[in-house]
Amino acid sequence: MISKTAKHTLKAFGAATALSMTLATGAFADGHGAVKVGMITTLTGGGAGLGVDIRDGFMLAVEQSGNTNIEVVIEDDQRKPDVAVQLSDKMIQSEKVDILTGIVWSNLALAVVPSATAQGKFYLSPNAGPTQLAGKGCHENYFNVAWQNDNLHEAAGAHAKATGYANSFILAPNYPAGQDALTGYKRYYDGALAGEVYTKLGQTDYAAEIAQIRASGADSVFFFLPGGMGISFLKQYADSGIELPVVGPAFSFDQGILQAVGDAALGVQNTSQWNKDIDNAANKAFVETFQAAYGRLPSLYASQGFDTANLILSAMAKADVKDQDAFRAALKEADFASVRGDFKFGNNQHPIQNIYVREVIKEGDVYTNKIISTALTNHQDVYAAECGLN
Amino acid sequence: MSTLLLIEQVLNGLQFGVMLFLMAAGLTLIFGVMGLINLAHGSLYMIGAFAAAAVAGWTGSFVLALMASLMAAALFGALIELTVIRRLYARDHLDQVLATFALILIFSEATRWTFGSFPLFLDTPDWLSGTVMLPGGIQYSLYRLAIIIIGLIVAAGLFLLISKTRVGMRIRAGENDREMIGALGVDISVLYTMVFALGAALAGLSGALVGAIQSVEVGMGEPVLILAFVVIVIGGIGSIKGALAGAILVGLTDTLGRTVLPVVFSTFMEASAATSVGSALASMLIYILMAGVLIFKPTGLFGSA
Repeated sequence: MISKTAKHTLKAFGAATALSMTLATGAFADGHGAVKVGMITTLTGGGAGLGVDIRDGFMLAVEQSGNTNIEVVIEDDQRKPDVAVQLSDKMIQSEKVDILTGIVWSNLALAVVPSATAQGKFYLSPNAGPTQLAGKGCHENYFNVAWQNDNLHEAAGAHAKATGYANSFILAPNYPAGQDALTGYKRYYDGALAGEVYTKLGQTDYAAEIAQIRASGADSVFFFLPGGMGISFLKQYADSGIELPVVGPAFSFDQGILQAVGDAALGVQNTSQWNKDIDNAANKAFVETFQAAYGRLPSLYASQGFDTANLILSAMAKADVKDQDAFRAALKEADFASVRGDFKFGNNQHPIQNIYVREVIKEGDVYTNKIISTALTNHQDVYAAECGLN
Repeated sequence: MSTLLLIEQVLNGLQFGVMLFLMAAGLTLIFGVMGLINLAHGSLYMIGAFAAAAVAGWTGSFVLALMASLMAAALFGALIELTVIRRLYARDHLDQVLATFALILIFSEATRWTFGSFPLFLDTPDWLSGTVMLPGGIQYSLYRLAIIIIGLIVAAGLFLLISKTRVGMRIRAGENDREMIGALGVDISVLYTMVFALGAALAGLSGALVGAIQSVEVGMGEPVLILAFVVIVIGGIGSIKGALAGAILVGLTDTLGRTVLPVVFSTFMEASAATSVGSALASMLIYILMAGVLIFKPTGLFGSA
């Protein structure tokens, strides 16, 4: 016997395949509709490691839940904004997804999110948290499960101040997240600046910047250079003979990157909202099962993908995605066991969470991080005040 | 800005230029001799770096890794010349661009299948790490100094190869008149495969040398490829001398622009605005240089019409 809800769901799917029909019927068993998630992330080209981790973390949570009501469509944006926009149009118009997620890069998120939310879709960000979407540009259908871009840099600034650094040399690539990074660092760090440099996005040779650092008389270096840029910088920095302490956000010291940096990263202090040694049951299970499933340690990005999926699953248990108001309220409750411990949303639907200081260590043959202190407790971004949501 | 810093930056520019030369030399040789635009040159650079990282991982020897990069890139170069590129010589440039772009995608995905999506580890050998004190009290990275020296040796070797040897004579003859040299009994297809493999090997060597101080990852070749094209357009397409001059010019412009421009702007602007305007302008500088050169010398510095 097919109930009214299930009929409705089936109708919404239109030309659904036999598979998604089973999903829809399964949905009826729970009393709530099936959810179709469109994941747009970077799976090829430079930076693919980040997207792969988000996808793997997300799918691990979906598999573990055993929930057959959730269908995930995954597409590769190749780190190109135009491709991401095309994919989101396709997912919204022909795939008829209910929720979009997956984007790694801020410039891609800015190209996709406003139009997706304007078309009445939910967007849950597993990584990028550009300023523009946190303050005046916040939207009731946009949730960020990772952080606002400034957050980890603010923590780095707070840590630098607490450590007593008074003359930092700071550098970041010249793009939205890079500008957010330097702004964030300066918000909590109140010493002098020995130098402030914007590098080219995708730059791989830092000889010129390293020479400037050497000549600047700085007492510490803060840098935000995600992906391959960070690997290049750290190797060249280690080779330059400069021995100033380095601080930075987790992105350049992440599990996927550390093995390629090697000894050059040992001892560096970096800030993150997650690490594999955070002591809670959800995290322990996550680290173990991720390693068993994929044969590598999870990264920060994987943890964010995992949390994003669990957030969706928690909302699905409470409300039907077709009832947008109820589903939104369920998302906002953030009633799931986050692997980072305590987690809740602020009024702008960005996280309020602890941010830790980690140090790069070597465990056997594997380079990884351990938490050494807490930089900021229950930290919320400053843009929340400009957001009109309650 | 002190003189010492300026000299160090000139060295950095030189090192960057020499590295670009290794890439551009192969590209310009292939274009000059065969009239082929090879977008897959960046993939050969990537193959060199991955081969070096893999061999360094197995054997721990940097010298073996460099040799592996040369051989792997030359091998793949010869392979694609024999299977794909050979069919493109008679076609127009658009077909060549399309086919070699397809090769980029094939190589990138094949590399990902083989090595995974995460960057590989390749480090400088112990005997080349650290810094040396140069005359005048400049502390400079030993490895970068080695890159400059290797690059200059390769440049000298190429000049000798092309100007003094029989093969070089054929290459020059091939540049001037492809049909005539064939009619004179030179096996043009063997010559083409050789030149292509030589260009590929240089790209592979450059990838391996740079891979040790940067990151060895899929897609690492494309940004360099763009710069290499700028270099050969500035130097004059087909000219090795032009490639060297263009590479060093681009290397110096880019490095010095990045450091000097923000300083210059900060003399009359507020500090953080100067940094962002200066660095934005610095990233355009080499293209402005290219446009400037093309206005006065439309065929490039050493190009023939």
